[in-house]
Amino acid sequence: MPSLATSESAKGILLISPTALFMACLLGGPLLLLVLFSFWTQEGLEITAAWTLANYQDVLSRESYLILFGRSLLISGIVTLVTVGLAYPMAYFVAFHVTGNKVVWIILMTLPFWTSYLLRVFAWRIILGFNGVINSGLMQLGLISEPLDFLLYNQTAVVLTLAHAWAAFAILPIYVSLEKIDRTLLEAATDLGDGPFERFLRVTLPLSMPGVIAASLLIFIPTVGDYVTPALVGGPTGNMIANAIQNLFLRANNWPLGSALAIAAALGVSAVSVLFVVLMRAATQRLGRI
Amino acid sequence: MANRTRALKSYAGFYLLFLYGPVALLPLFSVNDATTIAFPLQGFTWRWYADMAANESLHAALWNSVMIGAGTAVISTILGTLGAMSATRYRFPGQQPLTGFIMLPLVLPEVILGIALLILLNRLGISLSLGGIMAGHVMLCTPFAMAVMTSRFEGFDRSVEEASLDLGETAWMTFWRVTFPLVWPGILASLLLTFTVSFDEFIIAFFLSGTDTTLPVFIWSQLRFPNRLPSVLALGSLILLGSFVMVTLAEWVRRQGVTQHPGPVV
Repeated sequence: MPSLATSESAKGILLISPTALFMACLLGGPLLLLVLFSFWTQEGLEITAAWTLANYQDVLSRESYLILFGRSLLISGIVTLVTVGLAYPMAYFVAFHVTGNKVVWIILMTLPFWTSYLLRVFAWRIILGFNGVINSGLMQLGLISEPLDFLLYNQTAVVLTLAHAWAAFAILPIYVSLEKIDRTLLEAATDLGDGPFERFLRVTLPLSMPGVIAASLLIFIPTVGDYVTPALVGGPTGNMIANAIQNLFLRANNWPLGSALAIAAALGVSAVSVLFVVLMRAATQRLGRI
Repeated sequence: MANRTRALKSYAGFYLLFLYGPVALLPLFSVNDATTIAFPLQGFTWRWYADMAANESLHAALWNSVMIGAGTAVISTILGTLGAMSATRYRFPGQQPLTGFIMLPLVLPEVILGIALLILLNRLGISLSLGGIMAGHVMLCTPFAMAVMTSRFEGFDRSVEEASLDLGETAWMTFWRVTFPLVWPGILASLLLTFTVSFDEFIIAFFLSGTDTTLPVFIWSQLRFPNRLPSVLALGSLILLGSFVMVTLAEWVRRQGVTQHPGPVV
């Protein structure tokens, strides 16, 4: 006869099994196939299950992919830094200085995140465009006589657009970690003679680091793989790795190579992320000890 | 202290302006009487909205998006509710990795999800259709639904269920008369949010589109034609308005009847 504990866990497993099965078929299966494809061979239009490492060799030997990947990491790194940097004071404000209805602030800040990503990126295209809002506005004011052509289709445009599109994502994790801080610790720091700035650096900042790290990963990982923003505002110099992957799948029709590029990029991003977390944890510990 | 509050408050004002300003340009230029999106404004018109309303392929794309969104909302909310119930009420070996796996789409770049699904459909010999897009959207939205429902179940007082059972109700009737009314706001919020995510989703739909397509993919195809941009602005303004209303409603509903407790209000 099953004990009470095992029947309880059996109920739990039974309850989650439809969800788990569905996700296994539509998430696990496809990801597994993606890995398989990266080891298969493309011959003409046929894809055969002849195992090979050639796709990975191809990916690693093409300088253009390495440049593209390095650029993607750089752009996403800057975007993460800018987004988290801008979001921190905002989250701090809501956590410590808003006394009334915090929920309204939270909703106000996260609302744009749920609206069409495509349209938010598109908005930047009409702002930065050659005949766009900024250029026509400045010309109307008489500040410039010719439209500025360096606004759109470059890496700065990509950074700006991504920082705007992902802003909402940074606020929540940071806010949650700030809100969790035991306020008596702050009082203790003040009583022991810390000024506001020292108190922030030695108590608030280290205790909110888990939120900062989470926010950074939540922005860094998806933005490296972003496709829409570079395609709409990046131009040739603002292309990123996802554009190359999309190209291999939908235009060049070399799925095994595209799969290998996607997997290699995913592994690269994971490695950078792990390194980032380790470094940030070490830095946080040191900050708390000063 | 007062000084710092004031400084932070003005920062917050600028931040909100940065967040909403660019988006606000869409409705502004959607009623501007000019084909180019530029200052100075040329006067007020509804004609871009009329143009948009007369576009047949837009109607088809809109209908497809609504159907996919509705189907996605219902299925992912059911899957998310089951997952959340299991995650909050039971413990079993391997639970954490399993939950982590289900939540994976939240952190994976959508391009990876798009190509992986494309390979799956290709291997199964299923031609690209709206059904495939919906399956992909359910996969993408289930973690959202599960997160919303988990927070609802976590604030749930199970003693009311026990009371119902003690007073002689069956497990089934207890579910319908006690559990369901209490988690209903979460379900409604999840339906609204997952519908919005599906309705606005572009990348997966882009990879899995056959001849029929969704509204965001339709918009994408229109971006190449400068003379169509004003109509896209009109359409985009309506979509933004719809999304804002639905998400605000969802957030408002989600917080209904949740006992206020100190701590994060998220």
